[in-house]
Amino acid sequence: MSNDVYVVGIDMIKFGRFDDAKPESLAARATLLALDDCGQTIQDMQAIYAGTCNGTMMGQRMLHYIGQTGAPVVNVTNACATGATAFREAFIAIKAGLYDTCLAVGSEKMGKGMLVPKNSGGTAIPTEGLLGSGVMPSVFAQMGMEHSRKYGTTFEQFARVSEKNHKHSVLNPKAMYQKETPLDMVMEAEMIAYPLTKLMCSVNVDGAAAAVLMSEKRTKELGLMNRAVRVKGSGLASDPFTDRNLVMQDVNTVTRLAAARAYEMAGVGPEDVNLVELHDCFATAEIPHYENLGLCAEGEGGAFLDSGATTFGGKVPVNLSGGLLSKGHPLGATGIANIYEIAQHLRGEAGKRQMEGATIGLTHVVGLGSACAVHILEKA
Amino acid sequence: MNDITATERPVAPYTELDENGAPYLLGSRCGACGQTHLGRFENCPKCGARNAMDVVRLASHGTLYNYTIVHRSLPGVKVPFVSATVDLDGGGTVRGNLIDIVPDPSHVKFGMPVDVIFRSASTAVADGDGFIAHFFIPAQEAAQ
Repeated sequence: MSNDVYVVGIDMIKFGRFDDAKPESLAARATLLALDDCGQTIQDMQAIYAGTCNGTMMGQRMLHYIGQTGAPVVNVTNACATGATAFREAFIAIKAGLYDTCLAVGSEKMGKGMLVPKNSGGTAIPTEGLLGSGVMPSVFAQMGMEHSRKYGTTFEQFARVSEKNHKHSVLNPKAMYQKETPLDMVMEAEMIAYPLTKLMCSVNVDGAAAAVLMSEKRTKELGLMNRAVRVKGSGLASDPFTDRNLVMQDVNTVTRLAAARAYEMAGVGPEDVNLVELHDCFATAEIPHYENLGLCAEGEGGAFLDSGATTFGGKVPVNLSGGLLSKGHPLGATGIANIYEIAQHLRGEAGKRQMEGATIGLTHVVGLGSACAVHILEKA
Repeated sequence: MNDITATERPVAPYTELDENGAPYLLGSRCGACGQTHLGRFENCPKCGARNAMDVVRLASHGTLYNYTIVHRSLPGVKVPFVSATVDLDGGGTVRGNLIDIVPDPSHVKFGMPVDVIFRSASTAVADGDGFIAHFFIPAQEAAQ
């Protein structure tokens, strides 16, 4: 018997705005869905890893809704990599042989409008718009501009990322928006931070996703292997020092580091990956991440998109769920929702957007600060 | 150390006033690896060397590494503006507003030389009275 770890149950609630909800009530809904997906109960969960970016003790509060079992709960926060970090902790605990069955859950209740970093720089007055801009659209606009500087990537190419992912979303009933946005509509939308228009920014929505992870032994005992998804590789990284990252956040290097770790653990390379869910919090991020994840050669991300490689029928479809751009981005939930999407394809249960014959998929999330998590999943 | 007597205070903790009251950007240079960082550091974030940082006065000239043009911002912020990341000559990278330029990608050029200047913060934000901040302008030498 190997010490492989499997996802046996996984689900997400349809992302949206739930004004009366709390992070823990959304988490409870997602957890019940994930438990039902594999016929387990909350009493079967030997340990719980719960992720949210706002608030404390979310995991325990969730249990108040669905059963206070006394299981150990670890609350996790790691910016936009929060959900994936909770998932990875569950994976590690089972891999270590401590437990056979664990729950990972991520949830977020978002505010409205732009995310504004807290004034942590020790400045006398708020500096947004005074010492440049540090809001999320500006950070990711610069990520795109750096790619333009190096490789000539255009505003139109970045806009095509939005066109593609919004097109994908039409087939995903769990996406917040399921609406096509033609290229001219994307490019003519309100400019937020050049080259990002409003339709190139992900949506602040509420949401939750949960996964039940199991040891190989327990998966076989319970007869759950036919729908199981093997966690083949898990890579987590913090941002290593790069020349400008204390001033201009660098999500490229941290992604490359996490991806290298995940590929190494999985014993596979980018060429083995059939489909990807990557962190398209803004449209500019997707093209550099093709390169960061090794899906195409350095500098060829724009051409790779243009070739159709990353859409239906392409070499390696990216963000068939519609991505964060359409699905929405409830920070703590996103990392597990990405894993849900890949798991659905590997199980052959992705419905109208099913990628036929997919056996290996990759998920990627990156949180500013910075944290990047990459998981490689395989059909069992 | 930060004995500021001028009527306007620097906004950023890495802005100092010299003996003549002229503001400048302050950095730290690591004696072990040579990296220059913006602001004060006890230990080096690049190599981890302890207590090897020398305080340095950063250059008032540099080149534009990256930018975005911000069209929607928070209440009180004048838009559009160019948020620029500048590599200073001799080391150190700093972010700020690039001003005295048309805020359009056809006018802003990667690698363009810029000067660091200090102005009242009130020129950029509504609550900036009484504070000074650094800004970038297209290098005057290059403009001639």
